[in-house]
Amino acid sequence: MSAIPADTGPASTGSASTAPETVGEDVLVRVENLVKYFPVRAGGLIRRTVGQVHAVDDVSLSIPRGKTLGLVGETGSGKSTLARCVAGLIPVSSGRVIFDGRDITNLSRGAMRPVRREIQMIFQDPYSSLNPRRRIGAIIGDPFAIHKTATGAERKRAVQELMERVGLNPEHYNRFPAEFSGGQRQRIGVARALALKPKLIICDEPVSALDVSIQAQVLNLLADLQRDYGLSYLFIAHDLEVVRHVSNSVAVMYLGRIGESGPIQPVYGSPRHPYTVALLSAAPAADPDAAAARQRIILTGDVPSPIDPPSGCRFHPRCPKAEAVCGQQEPQLEARAGDAATHLTACHFPVQAGENLAAAGRSEPA
Amino acid sequence: MQARPYSGRACIAVSVMLCNACRVSRILHRGCWAMGRRDALTLLEVTDLTVSFPTADGVVRAVRGVSFGVEAGRTLGIVGESGSGKTVLTQTLLGLTPGADVSGRALFDGTDLLTLTEDQLREIRGARIAVIFQDPLTSLHPLYKVGWQIAEMIRAHDKSVSKKQAHERATELLGRVGIPRPAQRVDDYPHQFSGGMRQRAMIAMALSLSPRMIIADEPTTALDATVQAQIIDLLLRLQQESHTALIMITHDLGVVADIADDVMVMYAGRAAEKAPKRDVFYAPHHPYTKGLLESIPSSSASGDRLRPIPGSPPSLINLPSGCKFHPRCGYVLDRCLTEEPGLRPVSQGGLHSSACWLPVQAAGLSEQAEELRAQTVREGRGEAAAEVFDAEIAGAEGSVAG
Repeated sequence: MSAIPADTGPASTGSASTAPETVGEDVLVRVENLVKYFPVRAGGLIRRTVGQVHAVDDVSLSIPRGKTLGLVGETGSGKSTLARCVAGLIPVSSGRVIFDGRDITNLSRGAMRPVRREIQMIFQDPYSSLNPRRRIGAIIGDPFAIHKTATGAERKRAVQELMERVGLNPEHYNRFPAEFSGGQRQRIGVARALALKPKLIICDEPVSALDVSIQAQVLNLLADLQRDYGLSYLFIAHDLEVVRHVSNSVAVMYLGRIGESGPIQPVYGSPRHPYTVALLSAAPAADPDAAAARQRIILTGDVPSPIDPPSGCRFHPRCPKAEAVCGQQEPQLEARAGDAATHLTACHFPVQAGENLAAAGRSEPA
Repeated sequence: MQARPYSGRACIAVSVMLCNACRVSRILHRGCWAMGRRDALTLLEVTDLTVSFPTADGVVRAVRGVSFGVEAGRTLGIVGESGSGKTVLTQTLLGLTPGADVSGRALFDGTDLLTLTEDQLREIRGARIAVIFQDPLTSLHPLYKVGWQIAEMIRAHDKSVSKKQAHERATELLGRVGIPRPAQRVDDYPHQFSGGMRQRAMIAMALSLSPRMIIADEPTTALDATVQAQIIDLLLRLQQESHTALIMITHDLGVVADIADDVMVMYAGRAAEKAPKRDVFYAPHHPYTKGLLESIPSSSASGDRLRPIPGSPPSLINLPSGCKFHPRCGYVLDRCLTEEPGLRPVSQGGLHSSACWLPVQAAGLSEQAEELRAQTVREGRGEAAAEVFDAEIAGAEGSVAG
């Protein structure tokens, strides 16, 4: 594990109290001020650390039991790293992950093992996440074997029940992954994740690689399973419409930080962070009239490098509303005037209702 | 009726003799147009194109009798799932499908592309028809500078251009597609570019020889939403400037809604529906088109259950009988099991056509249309179709009629 020098840690921990939490709601997962830096090393014989990739930087969020938190953001925004930290697959640099009332931050392998039963993952690519040389009965049965919960005929029966549950033919127990289509493979991934009756399933872009008609089948399956087993989902996707459809609340990430978070309705209906506004305006809608009427905000440039993120607000070099203060001072993630207590925005100049951001757009940087 | 866009070949001989690219002929064209010549010829006219690949497992029938046309300055969106034949279709036009059995005709500016030799095709590829591929990282050579690769393309088609001139032209093109500081970035390697910039470089390369037509094969699929918006914006702007014809291949109906003028929906190697954009989205006739639209999560359907198309696309080696969509179709009729419908007009002007046995009036998402479909099903579904419906569709997700 990489211990990071104290001076490269987050400058402020003042947002600890702003972790979204509704009174009376049963929180399954709480992430507090989570930081994950990856060292950048250079040199041949003597490797020295020359920088840090600020993959996740001071992120706090919570997932209520039986609910879905959507996580959106572009490539490199740190959503997958955050998911891996929550699942305990990689050690965190600082901060805490509290799962079902227990602090599971950086537990040892042995101590983590029983927790792993309760947190499972579904991956994006149904082709590379299944071993092509193993039969799917063995793949889905692996969790039982690893955690020694069922053996022999009992395991086979359990696997076939799972296959039936996710809409696969149990008679295909002995087939290889290559004999299945993309959508069916994703069902295999779902069955495997479901095997140990987890409480939380982390879905990392589970439908991005699937065709539209198949995508809807898998989304419906995930909804059914949530209803039947009371599962919680951390649902990562770049497709905003998919996230809107499946999630109860959403967090928008940009360069390792959360720009805006809250329940679906306010965030999609009246977004306050300019990045959220731009993201929503850029999402293609299958409706020509809406597409023509929409004021699309074309962000200039690219996402900056997370090795050397911009000072102050990380979005300021691309933000149409940026002013001098944005480059100097980091905005806090907090509820803004007129918003519900659960709708948090990290912006010095939150977007007002009816404001036209497209008009404020700047030209391409020279 | 809307004014047809400029097409050199549409005009009287005089204007064709004038340079195709110059403004004079464009003005003359408008004159011709005013005089009532409305039969603008299309830049690309594909007729009954069939492509199949013999393999050890059997013949893969990738494209089966597809016809379409594209006019200069317009965009045709080709939509379909993986394996619907949309990529094979356009690659065949450029002779990029070696080993395939090809039949049909593809007239590009008067020449049949399918009869050309490899040398003749090489003259056309890049210079007159350019292609932008999905993955910009694998379509750029990692060991050569971006500018060099664009310059190479220019010099490959015109040896009289000096290396220096070609390099200058590459810089200018990179600037035109919105890459900041093109004079410096022209000497960067592809890995120094971000995904969006690489795709911009690919577009610069496609534009380098002022092609008459650009084929964009899923150009934004690998990109993030905000970058995708940048690229679509760029393509639209460049198309307006240079009056190029654009074929946009995509599986994303959202992209089509943004950029296309006309849409062709493909299923199992055939055109299921062909129409101006608005008709496809607001008055879909083919149940497959309708199913695609209904399976997209949208704000209007938020919270509701999605209605996916049951089952999955067929194997192209072992296609179902009759209509290839019938095993997944909620409106399956008896004749669908045996007879494959051809494209027929379903609207007044004849611009909207669909390959489905449902009555012509059963287009759209309205209740009347749904009622008409249900009525047709009641009359036209015998035992055979009912059996298929019960076995494949009724229990599955997304069943609609019956």
